[in-house]
Amino acid sequence: MEPTLINLLYLICVVLFIVGLKRLSSPDTARNGNIIAASGMGLGILITLFYPMEGAPNNYLWITAGIILGSGIGWIAAKKVQMTSMPEMVSLFNGLGGACSMMIALVEFYNYPTGMSVLNGQGITTLFALFIGSISFTGSLIAYGKLQGFLRDSLVLPFPQLINLVFLLAFLGSSTYMLIQPEISFNLILIILAISLVYGITFVTPIGGGDMPVVISLLNSFTGIGAALAGLIYSNQVMVMGGILVGASGIFLTVLMCEAMNRSLINVIIGGFTSTGGVSAGSREEVVKEASLSDTAILLKYSKKVILVPGYGLAVAQAQHACHELENMLEAEGVSFSYAIHPVAGRMPGHMNVLLAEADVPYPKLLELEEANREFPSTDLVLVVGANDVVNPAAKEDPSSSIYGMPILDVELAKNIIVMKRSMNPGYAGIQNQLFFGDKTKMLFGDAKSSIKKLIEEVGNA
Amino acid sequence: MEQILNYLLENLTLIYILIFAIFLGIEVISKVPTVLHTPLMSGANAVSGVVVIGAIYLMRQAEPGEYFVFVFGFLGITLAMINVVGGFAVTGRMLDMFKKKTKKSE
Repeated sequence: MEPTLINLLYLICVVLFIVGLKRLSSPDTARNGNIIAASGMGLGILITLFYPMEGAPNNYLWITAGIILGSGIGWIAAKKVQMTSMPEMVSLFNGLGGACSMMIALVEFYNYPTGMSVLNGQGITTLFALFIGSISFTGSLIAYGKLQGFLRDSLVLPFPQLINLVFLLAFLGSSTYMLIQPEISFNLILIILAISLVYGITFVTPIGGGDMPVVISLLNSFTGIGAALAGLIYSNQVMVMGGILVGASGIFLTVLMCEAMNRSLINVIIGGFTSTGGVSAGSREEVVKEASLSDTAILLKYSKKVILVPGYGLAVAQAQHACHELENMLEAEGVSFSYAIHPVAGRMPGHMNVLLAEADVPYPKLLELEEANREFPSTDLVLVVGANDVVNPAAKEDPSSSIYGMPILDVELAKNIIVMKRSMNPGYAGIQNQLFFGDKTKMLFGDAKSSIKKLIEEVGNA
Repeated sequence: MEQILNYLLENLTLIYILIFAIFLGIEVISKVPTVLHTPLMSGANAVSGVVVIGAIYLMRQAEPGEYFVFVFGFLGITLAMINVVGGFAVTGRMLDMFKKKTKKSE
């Protein structure tokens, strides 16, 4: 094949990526967009396999083996994963992409001509690819661990900001040292690699809970940037283009998430919430009112309009199908039933939408923040299922609160509020929620799924 | 310093591409509704697996006996392919759910 022809084919890949992503961002064309982007990827891989390389050993056996093995694992993992585990799956996949950039950079340094300085465009690019790839790799693994639950969500290293700063400086210092050396030292590269890997861990560890959507989309963007840097090493347009597309759109999505919380990206990165805010609320001794299942069932049945506010607790309890069942039952009784979705509810951008979609909840029933807030004053009953910070009125009333200024769902405007929660533990932000002590609020303790199942029975009996 | 400038000059087209891609990336997704945040993110995530192309390059050029390159090249291809195939498959699965539902409501 002619090299010009090949570059033209690569151009087609790039166009397929752009069209694919564009179509992915609109509901009607999304499925089609996914297929287009995937075919762009397939084409890109095929071209690379047969790109003429004079005298190259090719090693097709190994390459094919790797492709088949990876595709097989990826396919099975994607088919088996539960919809509730989607955030951890996405971050795991993401980390593997980062690992690949890291390995490419490592091998490039290994193959680097001995006796040559790293102080040139190629060297610096490779250094950055190593750094970003490593952060995205270990950072995603930490995010995966936190979401999967084998790392504590609230796990925080002592002095997180200080540790982060130390590792960042260590990376910059050792890299600068490497750059001014007259020749490359692979041992030093290994040290830089180790620093970068650890930095990925310390970078993500202090961030958790409600900030997860931000971090996942940020790491996603890092992997894209890593791919683009690796693309610069090979002067490969598809890699640069594909990587930067993901990097830029990832950053954009990250900023969108931050705006939904009224916090800056820096604020999210340098260390979660400070727990000073809620003290004023927590120091007062207040009693919550508990609701019984039968009370709730009757309240539900005689309401005209019910809105359910889902949060991460719903995902944990896998209660999405039960919610939909309850919805069907109440609709049959003539109750209008909808869902109010906060943009950062859950642990991944759009997490709740995906879960409820899995349970076949019709799209028009999902209200976005502003729409829902218009509905609350005329709502008879709000069911808060496993959500906390996104309905905390402190965001509006208490300037000392760490979530002050975050747009929230104004559920307290509704006539009755039932909060389903496992216990009185505060949400991720670690601040008490005044909503729970409100006059109109009653608490229904227990696992969300079994509570809703019981509610369905009660509504049937009532 | 001179080497860096040379590098920039040699790769000027690529750098142009890079800068435009940033704007394009933002433009492409700027009007995305909340409901598609997750599929879009996981689709984009799959696209970032494009780094597999680099790993394939590496492997094609690896001479026999370069075990270091073989190990990391092979690992790189495998991991990136998990990202690519897993990412697109998961996105497809999510979007299937949306489709099923829009049909019903029609």
